[in-house]
Amino acid sequence: MKHKTFISLIINGDPVDAYVKDNLTLLDFLRDQLLLTGTKKGCEEGECGACTVLFDGKPVNSCCTLAVECNGHEIETIEGVAKNGQLHPLQKQFIEKWAMQCGYCTPGMIMSAKALLESNPHPTELEIREAIEGNLCRCTGYAKIVEAIQAAAADMNWEGDGNNA
Amino acid sequence: MVLPQFEYIQAKDIHEACNLLAELDDAKVMAGATDLIPPMRDKVFSAEYLIDIKNCEGLDYLEYDEEEGLKIGALTTLRTIETSDLVKKVNPAVAYAAKVVASTQIRYKATMAGNIANASPSCDSGPNLVAQGAKILVQGPNSDRYIKAEDFFVGVRKTSLEPGEIITGIVIPPVKENESVAYIKHAVRKAMDLAIVGVAVKIKVEDGICTDAKIALGAVATTPIRAPKAEEVLIGKELTDDVIIEASEAAMNSCSPISDIRASKEYRKDMVRVFTKRAIKQAMERL
Repeated sequence: MKHKTFISLIINGDPVDAYVKDNLTLLDFLRDQLLLTGTKKGCEEGECGACTVLFDGKPVNSCCTLAVECNGHEIETIEGVAKNGQLHPLQKQFIEKWAMQCGYCTPGMIMSAKALLESNPHPTELEIREAIEGNLCRCTGYAKIVEAIQAAAADMNWEGDGNNA
Repeated sequence: MVLPQFEYIQAKDIHEACNLLAELDDAKVMAGATDLIPPMRDKVFSAEYLIDIKNCEGLDYLEYDEEEGLKIGALTTLRTIETSDLVKKVNPAVAYAAKVVASTQIRYKATMAGNIANASPSCDSGPNLVAQGAKILVQGPNSDRYIKAEDFFVGVRKTSLEPGEIITGIVIPPVKENESVAYIKHAVRKAMDLAIVGVAVKIKVEDGICTDAKIALGAVATTPIRAPKAEEVLIGKELTDDVIIEASEAAMNSCSPISDIRASKEYRKDMVRVFTKRAIKQAMERL
């Protein structure tokens, strides 16, 4: 029985080749082998969303995804969100609105929110709440997180309009 | 926690997957893997081999025609189903049942085929398929066939799939004029929660009289079950409040759920009564 597989994928825009154990989750691959520890390990059951990353732009639980499944695909983690030393509008607004306390859920929240805003630039409050339904936060009560996502959406739409003008 | 060791195999097509599944000892099929990885980590079950069918062509589709109805591929995710304008229009009960499973992240990976293959008593996809007379399309090593949804579920995590058989799709008959469907899930939380009770209804009303009715209940038995006594109450009658209440009580009396961490037997039975009534009314509003 073979237990290792060669995979080739893109992580945060960079090509990565690796020889991984078949039973290695994407979460452990990111954290333990690539040292991308921004993605957090919470429940390891797909319940808490702390490990959310984008798989071809879609939010998934990296604890319920095998590293071998990612062969040929594109993964984005929280480390890939800031560009050219500039925080993403979501990151800025999470700070601005005090949308985090202990911070453990924040990377997963931001990845879920980023996936939402990329497919739906003008979400309603309900759509925001539905997009983060799989991300548990035990500190904030969610109100500040929702506000931060709304504010980031407004910032991004403003930037978008600015570019069009 | 590290997952137990297994070998991951990516099947090139469904025939290879069926042959591997039949030949290899202790192999399991995976697509989204969201109902596979957590129980394997918890050592609820193990597998020597995981056969990934995600790259098999021709299994990711969502189509509708007025003859056969809604056709859902084995690789079509619950997210695709819940967000499809087509599904929302032709079968709102199916769209809703897809949306109430787990969380957004899970639904981006999980499939309806996987949801029923897992055969959890509380699975949200089951009751609609049973109430609406769906067919489960199955490929085996030597032949293909279909299984009626009602015959598909055999017990807790047990289906009538034969060794080497893999689900390739699901066909849900069209909801015709004068017909209507509804599914209501009752759970404590809006996300990441299993149904305490799920009720699916399909009714046909002609000239004010109910001429056909199918009611299926989830999470109150080892499999989704029909409630034939409740259906009998509805058929041949005008659906007045009194008739609906009588049918809801018949549904309540036709099941014997267990008590568990989510709810007591008594509460579940009472909720079958409440949600059967609401599901019938919701279906009537959609007529």
